[in-house]
Amino acid sequence: MSMTATVGRAHADPHHIGVIVEHPGPASKRIVTAYGFWVFLLSDIVMFSCFFAAYAVLVSQTADGPKGSEIFEQRNVAIETVCLLLSSFTCGMASIAADVRNRLWFYLGMAVTCVLGLIFLAIEFREFADLVSRGYGPSRSAFLSAFFSLVGCHGLHVSAGVLWLLTMMAQVFAKGFRADVLRRMMCFALFWHALDIIWVGVFSVVYLLGSGV
Amino acid sequence: MLGKLDWSAIPFDQPIPLIAGGVVLIGILAVLIWVVVKGHLPYLWHEWITSVDHKRIGVMYILLASVMLLRGGSDAIMMRIQQAIAYQSQGYLPPEHYNQIFSAHGTIMIFFVAMPFVIGLMNLVVPLQLGVRDVAFPTLNSVGFWLTATGALLVNLSLVIGEFARTGWLAFPPLSELSYSPGVGVDYYAWSLQISGVGTLVAGINLVTTVLKLRTKGMNYLRMPMFCWTTLASNLLIVAAFPILTATLAMLLLDRYLGFHFFTNEAGGNIMMFMNLIWAWGHPEVYILVLPAFGIFSEVVSTFSGKALFGYRSMVLATMAICLIAFMVWLHHFFTMGAGPDVNAIFGIASMVIAVPTGVKIYNWLFTMYGGRIRFATPMLWAVGFMVTFIIGGLTGVLVAVPPADFMLHNSMFLVAHFHNVIIGGVLFGAFAGFEYWFPKAFGFRLDERWGKLAFWFTFVGFYITFVPLYVAGMLGMTRRLQHYDVAEWRPWMIVAAIGMAVLSVGVICQILQLVVSIRNREALRDRTGDPWDGRSLEWATSSPPPVFNFAFHPDVRGEDAYWDMKIAAQQQSLEHEVPEYHDIEMPRNSPTGFVCAFFATIMGFALIWHIWWMVILGGIGAFATFVVFAWRDHDEYVIPAAEVAAIDRVNLEERRNLVSMAGAI
Repeated sequence: MSMTATVGRAHADPHHIGVIVEHPGPASKRIVTAYGFWVFLLSDIVMFSCFFAAYAVLVSQTADGPKGSEIFEQRNVAIETVCLLLSSFTCGMASIAADVRNRLWFYLGMAVTCVLGLIFLAIEFREFADLVSRGYGPSRSAFLSAFFSLVGCHGLHVSAGVLWLLTMMAQVFAKGFRADVLRRMMCFALFWHALDIIWVGVFSVVYLLGSGV
Repeated sequence: MLGKLDWSAIPFDQPIPLIAGGVVLIGILAVLIWVVVKGHLPYLWHEWITSVDHKRIGVMYILLASVMLLRGGSDAIMMRIQQAIAYQSQGYLPPEHYNQIFSAHGTIMIFFVAMPFVIGLMNLVVPLQLGVRDVAFPTLNSVGFWLTATGALLVNLSLVIGEFARTGWLAFPPLSELSYSPGVGVDYYAWSLQISGVGTLVAGINLVTTVLKLRTKGMNYLRMPMFCWTTLASNLLIVAAFPILTATLAMLLLDRYLGFHFFTNEAGGNIMMFMNLIWAWGHPEVYILVLPAFGIFSEVVSTFSGKALFGYRSMVLATMAICLIAFMVWLHHFFTMGAGPDVNAIFGIASMVIAVPTGVKIYNWLFTMYGGRIRFATPMLWAVGFMVTFIIGGLTGVLVAVPPADFMLHNSMFLVAHFHNVIIGGVLFGAFAGFEYWFPKAFGFRLDERWGKLAFWFTFVGFYITFVPLYVAGMLGMTRRLQHYDVAEWRPWMIVAAIGMAVLSVGVICQILQLVVSIRNREALRDRTGDPWDGRSLEWATSSPPPVFNFAFHPDVRGEDAYWDMKIAAQQQSLEHEVPEYHDIEMPRNSPTGFVCAFFATIMGFALIWHIWWMVILGGIGAFATFVVFAWRDHDEYVIPAAEVAAIDRVNLEERRNLVSMAGAI
């Protein structure tokens, strides 16, 4: 033992406040990685909240351009939402498959997640292209600037998620379910679910509230 | 092909930036040639550039900050000279150049001096104080550093290629919008901050995770050294505030690049929203900088008073209170913009409330010193100088937190004096105290005390001669950012301030000389014990400089002031030691990922500034490829065998036993 271990103190807690649970030492890699990624996700959500705030401030600044209710199509948004929520489920399936080391179900779950993500992106892209072609691009009014930024920022995240997803599939293909690959998979799953949560916010604040006005 | 970039971007008509740029370029080339010819390149590459060791990265952060301090300091000297001679004349700087100088000065000092300095110190010290081997994500740590370096590089590039923003350090719209600032200055500003901001966020996530999840055995939250607490608070603020900066700058860039209308005058843009967003980041930023400095002072004051920190728990509480209240005061930055008396009153009170936990800290430091055996070594001098200076800065802060007073003092030189009072007296003094205090830990030899004390006194006195006149000028109605003026009463104060700047510069020169002298006499100043100051926390329990794995075995902490307890216990138990049991240690392998990332980020940033779209795409592909290659690595760790660990640690233990037996003899 070291000289550190020889210290014998009657009271580890000099102020006698409650029972002190001794700290066991550094956490495992899995916990550290997941924890760090959670912290990143929180910061990402702070960034989104700025775009939400900007949208809330600018929503009525239409500069004689269209209002939300004039341009939002409920049917498209419904399909988008279903795709994304379903993809979260399939992503969860893929995570479970990874945990039990089942390659087939992993690839299947990830592939379906990818397709659903791509459908989501395609619909969003079509919505944007359609708006721009009608002259309702982001430079038309402050409202549209905020709308395109908020929804587009989420779309960018989904695109990055799809790239990451494909990388994960390739990694499992090349390296199998190694510990570091599994840690990355866990982060990816957290990321994908977080996108879902943010979409629920976008869906409610932008499309549901916007259609009523 | 090259976007907006052509020969007109290089300011051939302005001698000052060209000569400065030329000298710097020659300097860099000379260093590079010297490095290559002497054959140091492989050493630099393997030991520093690709290093993922938190101690090395910390040192590189501090080096970057020091270099940029000289750059930002030259800007300050130029401004003080300009204002001293620009009474009823144009001075020697044309207005647009002067505007670039004050914008660059603020931007550089906050983002590329203060931030890297405190992050560097946290990087260097926190894992050591926590008794662990590295930060939570070592490779990411290197990425964070190199992205910060990219931002600094882009700012410096603007000196010679193109121009820097003329919009102040926060680029307020609509002035920073395309219609009023059509040049590349604001783009330089925004992209360099955007890139280095990502680096800062990465560092923040890393350090939060390190403090919360990587403490050594027995180190409960209420046994962490104060510096770890303030690091935690500061990095929580980084994680919560820097995304706001990212989003705000992204909106500004969308306005400028794609014709969006977030902050424009037309089409419903809202300029007040920029003010709210930027200060929702900017105010916490002040505490991101000053909280680590508070931590450094806590360590320094308790070590050099030979006493445990007074009121440790109240200190923790005060730190976390500041962390929270930091987010509730941002609106005091625009009291005068018509928010109404109720809003102003609430934010005014919130702003004043921050003085309470800060006051708690000041009293705790004073009571730590009271009855202690105080040694006035250089770090302690900086700490005492800080207490005096910061109290003045804090009091003037409470003054401008009173809305009616703020209506008088808003945007005046009084304000300039106030925030230099807290930033220099708080953050910079703290950085210097930390630099002097932990230098022997990082390099294995102490800094020369004589030059250190000279540096302190010149800086301290120079600081007062420079900034007290600015308070007076502000009371006389002088506003900030004046390129020239016609009011006779202001002039004497500006001349005194310029003289103060000269004294301050002598302090800086002393500090450089201190470094030179200390390196030359390093054998005489060598610290073999690893504990040159008779320290109290775990960083002093290992050798100086620490081995790459920091600790041969995880220390077992039994109370506050972990290392102090160990020393006392070792003395009491009359030096009977068993040989520790050593194990193999896994350490992260060096990686060029950070450097390569920054390389592509630099290319992308530069291309974005000049609208060179093909280069942007190239940089983007490169960045993604780096990400995949990094993810593809098979062996990211290497093992140090137990025998080697034992061999390295034996030397350290031997020195330590000598130290304890000497102390026991006394």
